[in-house]
Amino acid sequence: MRYLSRFRRHRFAGPLLLLAGLLFVGFGYTVAQAASQTVTTTNSDKATLIAEGKEIFARGCSSCHGLNAEGAGIAPSLIGVGAASVDFQVATGRMPMADMSQQAMRKEPVYDEEETAALAAYVASLAPGPAAITNEELAWERSGDTAEGGELFRNNCAMCHNFAGQGGALTQGKYAPTVMGVEPKHIYEAMLTGPQAMPVFSDNVITPEEKLSIIKWIKHAESEPALGGAALGRVGPVTEGLLAWTLGLGLLIGVAVWLTTKAR
Amino acid sequence: MSQELAPLSDPGLPEHVHRKADVDLRAAKKAERQVGILFLFSVLGTLLFIYSYVGIDESIFIFLPVLGNTNAHQLFLGLGLAMALFFIGMAAVHWAKTLMPDHEVIDIRKEQRSKDDDRSEFVSTVKERAAEAGLGRRPFIKRTMGLALGLVGLSPILLLRDLGPLPENELNETNWKAGTRLVTDPGDRPIKPSDLEVGGVAQVQPAFPEGKERHLDDIGKDSVLLIRIRPEEFNLDAERLSWTYEGIIAFSKICSHMGCAVALYEQTTKHLLCPCHQSTFDVTRAAKVIFGPAARPLPQLAITVDSEGYLVAKAPFNEAVGPSFWERDSK
Amino acid sequence: MSARERVAGQVANYVDERTGSAKWLKKTLTKVFPDHWSFMLGEVVLYSFIILLLSGTFLTFWFDPSMREVEYEGSYEPLSGLKMSAAYASTLHISFDVRGGLLMRQIHHWAALIFMAAMVAHLMRVFFTGAFRKPREFNWIIGVGLLTLGIVEGFLGYSLPDDLLSGTGIRIAEAIIQALPVVGSYLAYFVFGGAFPGEVFIQRIYTVHILLLPGIFLALITVHLMLVWYQKHTQYPGPGRTEKNVVGYPLMPVYMAKAGGFFFIVFGITAFLGAVASINPIWLYGPYTPGQISAGSQPDWYMGWLDGLVRMAPPLETHAFGHTISWNILIPGLIIPGIVFTGMALYPFIESWMTGDKREHHLLDRPRNAPNRTALGAMSITFMLVALINGGNDLIATHFALSINQIMWGTRIGIIVLPPLAFIITKRICLSLQRADRDLVLHGRETGRLVMLPHGEFIEVHEPLTPEKAYLLTQHEQPAALEPVAADANGVRNPKGARAKLQARMSRAHQEQIAKPTSKEMLEIEDHH
Repeated sequence: MRYLSRFRRHRFAGPLLLLAGLLFVGFGYTVAQAASQTVTTTNSDKATLIAEGKEIFARGCSSCHGLNAEGAGIAPSLIGVGAASVDFQVATGRMPMADMSQQAMRKEPVYDEEETAALAAYVASLAPGPAAITNEELAWERSGDTAEGGELFRNNCAMCHNFAGQGGALTQGKYAPTVMGVEPKHIYEAMLTGPQAMPVFSDNVITPEEKLSIIKWIKHAESEPALGGAALGRVGPVTEGLLAWTLGLGLLIGVAVWLTTKAR
Repeated sequence: MSQELAPLSDPGLPEHVHRKADVDLRAAKKAERQVGILFLFSVLGTLLFIYSYVGIDESIFIFLPVLGNTNAHQLFLGLGLAMALFFIGMAAVHWAKTLMPDHEVIDIRKEQRSKDDDRSEFVSTVKERAAEAGLGRRPFIKRTMGLALGLVGLSPILLLRDLGPLPENELNETNWKAGTRLVTDPGDRPIKPSDLEVGGVAQVQPAFPEGKERHLDDIGKDSVLLIRIRPEEFNLDAERLSWTYEGIIAFSKICSHMGCAVALYEQTTKHLLCPCHQSTFDVTRAAKVIFGPAARPLPQLAITVDSEGYLVAKAPFNEAVGPSFWERDSK
Repeated sequence: MSARERVAGQVANYVDERTGSAKWLKKTLTKVFPDHWSFMLGEVVLYSFIILLLSGTFLTFWFDPSMREVEYEGSYEPLSGLKMSAAYASTLHISFDVRGGLLMRQIHHWAALIFMAAMVAHLMRVFFTGAFRKPREFNWIIGVGLLTLGIVEGFLGYSLPDDLLSGTGIRIAEAIIQALPVVGSYLAYFVFGGAFPGEVFIQRIYTVHILLLPGIFLALITVHLMLVWYQKHTQYPGPGRTEKNVVGYPLMPVYMAKAGGFFFIVFGITAFLGAVASINPIWLYGPYTPGQISAGSQPDWYMGWLDGLVRMAPPLETHAFGHTISWNILIPGLIIPGIVFTGMALYPFIESWMTGDKREHHLLDRPRNAPNRTALGAMSITFMLVALINGGNDLIATHFALSINQIMWGTRIGIIVLPPLAFIITKRICLSLQRADRDLVLHGRETGRLVMLPHGEFIEVHEPLTPEKAYLLTQHEQPAALEPVAADANGVRNPKGARAKLQARMSRAHQEQIAKPTSKEMLEIEDHH
């Protein structure tokens, strides 16, 4: 102790103590927070969740979607869209919508997991709709078939999202976003609920097992390295042609100029 | 005007400037060493190529900037080959540039035109020998030769007849008949109206009887897109409305423009977009074309439900599906 | 005489006694070739062709051009168990189960893209320098023929694997065939052996791709090169270079080393691309079925302009007396390309008609000295670029957050408005460059050094040009425009009448130039100094 007190008037002593204090408080808070996050929801918890959801909804969503989620001019009704819809839109950050452009963009979510669950519970309580998908149902690694998933993807998804899930153009500035880097849960929910321009793929049209196969294929495509070298965006001949003209011809003309220049 | 202009006189080829290797023996030796090193780089390339082929396992992936995770076998095989070839070229060019003589040489161009007496000789030779052939004097030979050669030239064309069958009425027909069930593609499951939600689509094929196999030829004309919207959103005449069922409408998926699969459905606008040339069709108005080069709407398939509640075709398509053709009686 | 010389002598004697080739070889080995980097574009095309032959032959040892249905049993997991054509399965086999197979596939495809790109660049060089003028008109026509055949060959080549992307392209080609009036449906059924897609198309285009077209290419390329050989290559103007000589380097040893070395360099760079850049990843596209399609489907770049024209076409179709004619397919798909390529092929004759110039030309034009021709070239390139951009409008829309509808309308208007604009701007730029050249000759180079004269005036020091540079800037010819002859001395009207008047008008537009400095002006300047 006496050794430490020799540095009590050092010019870094103050900042260092401050830093130590901050770290202590932050660490302590995190520990306390983790302890308070409960796992299961009992019935009474569910009622609280719905109430919490209603409150968040009133604050952050009702200005566009109406006080009772009945919809208004700029936003559709949410009655009957189900928890799956809400989870998809809110957890991918699409809702609340940042700007009133052609379509909602994926961005950093505004609400955390608990708030999202609350919103989902509230909207689900308004009318029956597709339920949020659970982790047991999402066992795509076990239940899915990659090859079948690929065929299903090319049949049902590639026309909008491109053969490698890179995304594609729709009309009037809308677009089908890339499906790379999306959580399996959200891929499932998107297929089930048909957000914005995307159509709905009901469970009897693409069965839950088939949906899992599609997810498995998407995850495989995501992790598959470009087998022939740099992938060039996986959008086809356009980028290939650009590279041939720029790098290909460019290098060749460069060599030709060197070749015909007189040596020193 | 041109007489006034006096072009500056041609000063002739500029003075030859010697390269370092021309005058300095050490520079020449250095250039020789450089050429040698370039050839040796090529040797290294070939060795890398051989090693990659036999020594690098095809399942190894390494991470490189720009390329990302890349297959090592494939990459080094290619780089080895590229090095082996590229440096031979570089060595040869460097050798030519630094060590081979770089004096510009002048060669004389002769006029392309042949000399006059050659030309007149040619003309008289041709005239003489054509007269010897005698075609001019023997019109019967000329005409019959023309006939024979012309006809024999036509014969191979006849051989091409069996390249394919005549189309007959095939372009107007599909496998859809009254009562054919709509089944999912893939999966071949029959569909009930309740299977399809509002805002949903399904890729659909006609049900094939047991034992009959579906070929790509069939898919190329039978493919149908099933779409469900709210019935009040339709903007159709009475006849077309009777071809729908509780808000479900079916269209040929084969684009009426050039035959790509039109499957891009925008739920919010109820438009179908063909990704090939961006033809846009309005589902609420029987796939009327609202943008793009397609000239005709997509043919609509009349649907209803059968006794077991599954969706079936009411009748075959009322027009030919797919791109237009001369014999197509389009309205 | 060394041992090596003795052996060489014996070999040469052996060959000459049987072929009499010593005289020809002596002439050949000393043949002179002018040296400029822009002359090497044609070499890139030639060497790419050789690379295509070599890599293509390799691929034929494994490729199965059959459309019979097989179940995939190879090593690429995401497709295992799927039904596909043998052509697609064998391409997967080459890519994943043949060592060096994917590399060769990629080298072959990159070589094809470079082949076409270098061909277009070579065409532009020949056009802008006027190398197509007499006596090289035939070679120009052969070149346009090679370009057309190259487009077809490339299209058939990338369609061989029968994948989803190229299969879509074939569907579109079938629609064009089917759209032909009267014979369309019959021709389509003959080409495909029945309904689309049928079971014979891939093996038929295989024959065309590996035998017919390469054979025709070899013949045309040989004639093309022989003409260059015997007519001798053109050269850029400059000191010491005239219409009656060729200045350059001899075939042996310099040109052999440089050209031969360049072959290896082209091959090496193509192999490099094949090693580091993925191209045509057919395993991601999936096997072709007419019921599937991918967003952002485009043909290879050299067909992109055709795709763009088809996309922007108005929806015109005529239905009359139970028959349909699809103008929305025929105009952008056949009629406009036909006009463009025919116009291109006939251009040397059009230009010589406009200028009345019937002389041989072996010295190249600096593009600025032929402003009308350069402007016409810029106009054509603009047309092609606008069409090409529209061919990729969906990719441009997603990457730049635009709408395909806006881009389509932009290019529909642009393709009519922008080419004439490009013509006007390019012509004015050429004339300005001529003016700049003229100023350089008359006043010398501006050095940027300011000097104050004794009486207080500031002048900029101008450095006179070297005789070589001055010659380069003034060696070009400026023939006068054709005079329209309305009637001859006896009052007989010109029988060619309207055509001659048109010719004269075009000649005047074509010959618009900034006059070179006259000798009087040169003297005046010298006096001034």
